[in-house]
Amino acid sequence: MWSVVNPFTSLSLSFRMCKMRRMDLISFQLWHLLCSLHSLVMGLLLDSHRRRALARLLLRLNTPLCVVSYLAGVFWFLGLAFSPLTQNTYISENAMGSTMVEEQFEGGEHAISFARDFIAQRRKTGSLPVAWLERTMRSVGLEVYSQSFSRTLPFPDETHERYMVSGTNVYGILRAPRAASTESLVLIVPSSPETLNAQAVGLLLSLAAYFRSQIYWAKDIIFLVTEHDLLGTEAWLEAYHDVNITGMQSSALRGRAGAIQAAVALELNSDVVTSLDVAVEGLNGQLPNLDLLNLFHAFCQKEALLCTLQGKLQHSDWASLGGSLHGLQTLMLMVLRQASGRPHGPHGLFLRYHVEAITLRGINSFRQYKYDMTAVGKTLEGMFRKLNNLLERLHQSYFFYLLPSLSRFVSIGLYMPAIGFLLFIPGLKALELWVKLNKADFGPEEQLGPNHSPAQPIGQDARGVALTPLVAPVLISQATGLALYLLPVMGQHVAAQHFPVAEAEAVVLTLLAIYVAGLALPHSTHRVVSSTPRGPDSGWMALKLLGLLYLAIQLGCISLFNFSLGFLLAVTMVPAAALTQPNGPRFLYAVLLVLVSPGATLLGSLFLWRELQEAPLTLAEGWQLFLNALAQGVLDHHLYGALLFPLLSLGLYPCWLLFWNVLFWK
Amino acid sequence: MAMAAPLVLHLLLALLLGSGGQSRAEPERDSLREELVLTPLPSGDVSATFQFRTRWDSELQREGVSHYRLFPKVLGQLISKYSVQELHLSLTQGFWRTRFWGQPFLQAPAGAELWVWFQDSVEDVDKSWKELSNILSGIFCASLNFIDSTNTVTPTASFKPLGVANGTNHHFLRYAVLPREVVCTENLTPWKKLLPCSSKAGLSVLLKAERLFHTSYHSQAVHIRPVCRDAHCVSISWELRQTLTVVFDAYTTGQGKKDWSLFRMFSRTITEACPLASQSYVYVDISRHGQENETLEVSPPPTSTYQAVVLGDRKTYAVYDLLNPATFSGSRSLNLQLKWKQLQDIESQLVPFLHAQRYVSGYGLQKGELSTVLHNTHPYRAFPVLLLETVPWYLRLYVHTLAITTKGKDNKPSYIHYQPAQDRLRPHLLEMLIQLPANSVTKVSIQFERALLRWTEYTPDPNHGFYVSPSVLSALVPNLVGAKPADWEESPLFSTMFPSSDSSSYFVRLYTEPLLVNLPTPDFSMPYNVICLTCTVVAVCYGSFYNLLTRTFHLEEPKRSRLVRWLANIIRRIRGVPPV
Repeated sequence: MWSVVNPFTSLSLSFRMCKMRRMDLISFQLWHLLCSLHSLVMGLLLDSHRRRALARLLLRLNTPLCVVSYLAGVFWFLGLAFSPLTQNTYISENAMGSTMVEEQFEGGEHAISFARDFIAQRRKTGSLPVAWLERTMRSVGLEVYSQSFSRTLPFPDETHERYMVSGTNVYGILRAPRAASTESLVLIVPSSPETLNAQAVGLLLSLAAYFRSQIYWAKDIIFLVTEHDLLGTEAWLEAYHDVNITGMQSSALRGRAGAIQAAVALELNSDVVTSLDVAVEGLNGQLPNLDLLNLFHAFCQKEALLCTLQGKLQHSDWASLGGSLHGLQTLMLMVLRQASGRPHGPHGLFLRYHVEAITLRGINSFRQYKYDMTAVGKTLEGMFRKLNNLLERLHQSYFFYLLPSLSRFVSIGLYMPAIGFLLFIPGLKALELWVKLNKADFGPEEQLGPNHSPAQPIGQDARGVALTPLVAPVLISQATGLALYLLPVMGQHVAAQHFPVAEAEAVVLTLLAIYVAGLALPHSTHRVVSSTPRGPDSGWMALKLLGLLYLAIQLGCISLFNFSLGFLLAVTMVPAAALTQPNGPRFLYAVLLVLVSPGATLLGSLFLWRELQEAPLTLAEGWQLFLNALAQGVLDHHLYGALLFPLLSLGLYPCWLLFWNVLFWK
Repeated sequence: MAMAAPLVLHLLLALLLGSGGQSRAEPERDSLREELVLTPLPSGDVSATFQFRTRWDSELQREGVSHYRLFPKVLGQLISKYSVQELHLSLTQGFWRTRFWGQPFLQAPAGAELWVWFQDSVEDVDKSWKELSNILSGIFCASLNFIDSTNTVTPTASFKPLGVANGTNHHFLRYAVLPREVVCTENLTPWKKLLPCSSKAGLSVLLKAERLFHTSYHSQAVHIRPVCRDAHCVSISWELRQTLTVVFDAYTTGQGKKDWSLFRMFSRTITEACPLASQSYVYVDISRHGQENETLEVSPPPTSTYQAVVLGDRKTYAVYDLLNPATFSGSRSLNLQLKWKQLQDIESQLVPFLHAQRYVSGYGLQKGELSTVLHNTHPYRAFPVLLLETVPWYLRLYVHTLAITTKGKDNKPSYIHYQPAQDRLRPHLLEMLIQLPANSVTKVSIQFERALLRWTEYTPDPNHGFYVSPSVLSALVPNLVGAKPADWEESPLFSTMFPSSDSSSYFVRLYTEPLLVNLPTPDFSMPYNVICLTCTVVAVCYGSFYNLLTRTFHLEEPKRSRLVRWLANIIRRIRGVPPV
């Protein structure tokens, strides 16, 4: 996990090794520390006296250790935007590094006239003007193909107002001379009824015409216009790779251009732009190689364009407190977007196919200085020419990173400790419970001492944890999760028949209903099963122990592929999970537990997100957004294979129910 | 003896008359024909195919030949030393897009391709193959020395000898493709040096590297084969064909216009024929599909035209005989020009009957699928296709997943030959004879698993991917129009590369695009991580052992658990000792 950069392949090996990542050295030292700790602990555990002493220490220091660990995790995370933990970005890929060329694209006006034609044709046909696009692409000298697709959504999508979708993607391939079509680059423009992206289509055509007359191409370039934004993109990608993951019906592609090396998606809706926003977060929180972003940033600087990340400009003075706080804000936005696991632009769907991709959005706000199409075109020309130079796929730079601004990044080695600290807590608590559970049975026995008669029935293993009472709650929690996953979509028609709601509403409401019903359902199940003769606390302790381990494992796994999601869930669920017990202020615990349940976290995240974007939500708006987000989450899973919904419904929600069970054990 | 007598005479005459008079004394035993075919392609591009044929009436292997005139000595010696029956070498940069450019006269796969038939007198074919490829590597400055057992196959049916052959035991055939080979001027220069006129005169003056490599497609080849000396075919002659095909991109060079001229393409014009050549022709394809009205104009007007059925299509060629002084009568040089009177609609282009596409499907670095899509666009005739797939060993094919589907139904191949790969030794070889129904699309797919290589086996740029050589399709495609059998020796060179068996069909060999497959590539800073992990393991083991070894142990009252005590009591009871 610390070997993210790969310096070995390039010729500049020795040079790179000299400036070998600080992180590697740190991790090396950490390993050694761990080793010595391990042998120390081994030694301690081998001795029963010391073992008992250690257990006592553990019990006594448990709570302070947990608190310290939690605070350390949170503060480490907050500190990520500050200067020792962030580094300046740099282009690692040799092939893209030094060869600065002069961009000569001058087709800005041309692009705008193409865009006007596109709008006119769009109005005439009422959908994507396929014939016009094909003709125009052919006239600029491309090999043109189209692909039709159709998809019936699992339930009507209310935000985009679509249910049975059918459309056509059009793409033209610029064949590189003297190349055998083994590699290609993609420029993609999504077009849908609500966002036409006409100017982007115009720029794409204008760039295609310009690129066609150049002789330096070594990779084929695919100019792709997709209909119904992400649906079209998904259909095209699945057809290109000849797979069917999401049940999309589409015609086979007749033209291909080998392995796609990189893709750039473009969204533009005005003739001039004030800034370019870049989106990196892809499906399931996957990120493109950092070098692609660095490349974009390099051309932003070269063309003196205003470039934003998460809609935020870079702070002028990085070192100041204000700058760092600004960075933290950007970073939090990125964490929230990454945690959502949604593809934030068409590029997000390319990442599954190991194609590095980003989305560029032209923003036209009220700023003074505007850039025309030529400036945007030059940026794209520069990027494509550099990508054309690539010998290998982008792999030299980081794949796991967080961005406090376009020019600075936090590498995986530096942000992982934050989640490490948080996941330390369930471990500690579990250890404590284990010790307590053993002691509960140990204690009285020791007191009995020699009086303990051997005639007593000992067939029943008194030590350790009895697992039978745990079976029912665990099974019921999992079953509730399964119902949460399956029923809303399966039962939408039944619900729509019996209640005065539309299908889409039915799905969301069923989702909420099952979610809430889950709270009521399982918390007395253990009483149904034979009551345990064991100590009064051993039942819930065992359940909590199980829950803690389950939680830690899930969060650990999630944070490996989507740190943001893992961290967000850990920072909310871990303290509540650690605190929950059937004694003490149970009402307080219950409120806390409800507040950190996955659904509530989602609601809270929405509020936080809009707060960070400086567009705060009212409660009603928030609720509406929440319902939308639920529907979108389910749709994303069915349409693109996003994992957030199954992860929450099949993994974390049942786990959370276990703690709910613990709370109402008595 | 009869053969030796003229030689002696020849020598004597040479001694008597000096070096100048020898050729007049008896008919030449070798001859050169040169030919250039210019074809405007359906897509609007222009292809130029050069062929230089040297024919030598000599039995290279049997006679200890030491005097060479037109035939290059370096190749002649190669043939006699390694008992080569046939040799075909092509070096190609780019990919012939059959769908848009139509059938080529000679197709070649991207990269380097070499196939050789050895004579049945050769004992160790593999050794000869290895040495031959190394020598060719030196002659043509190509990386043919990378041909080894991991990329060499012996196809059983796809590559038949093109010349006169008495036996076709495929054990004497070797075939290899290097898809990664980059072809450039350093390969062109040695190829040009083999020409009798080098690049000094004749058609070869057009072969200027800076223009030839400013094209969409460049392919040069050398074909050596024995041919019949006369109609009776009692003795054989050796034929060396040097061919070169380039495709000029009319769009970028012509600013959108499709007109072309020799000067615009080659920045040279033709001034004379090669003095050593017995024939020197330039053909320009002026046939137009479907449209009767004159749409194009060639200048200067041709001296004659030639009509024939070429690759299943009736064609008309304007012929320029460079040995005929009338060709150069108007001006000192010949600058062929072609003008389009009305622009032809690109969309109405004719799609060739057979074309194919190949790709890798699936995602992730564990498994994948190789798919080859074969199109038969013939309106009413089905025909069989021989498909040859060579897959490197590091893609582990799952043969049970081989699926051939046409129009949604299973298509059973009538012949199938599969030779499994051996790790680091030989590639997979899959040959199939598949019947393609009329107007159909057939998909041949087979799944594979990507192997993990040893860390030294990765190429210097492992993240670029690994090449899989193209599949080869060989087919007898039925003609739409009947062809008259023509005299082989008299017809133009472009129609006599493949021997045709009958007039109702023509032979086509097609290559699909090569593939680039990514293998699971380790992070090459891994050695460092391995050191870390090893240190950890060693430290943990060492720590615990050291701890155990240096510890002092005290005797302590045993505190047994209930289970142990229970067990001990049982044993004690059995022994008759009071329990604890």
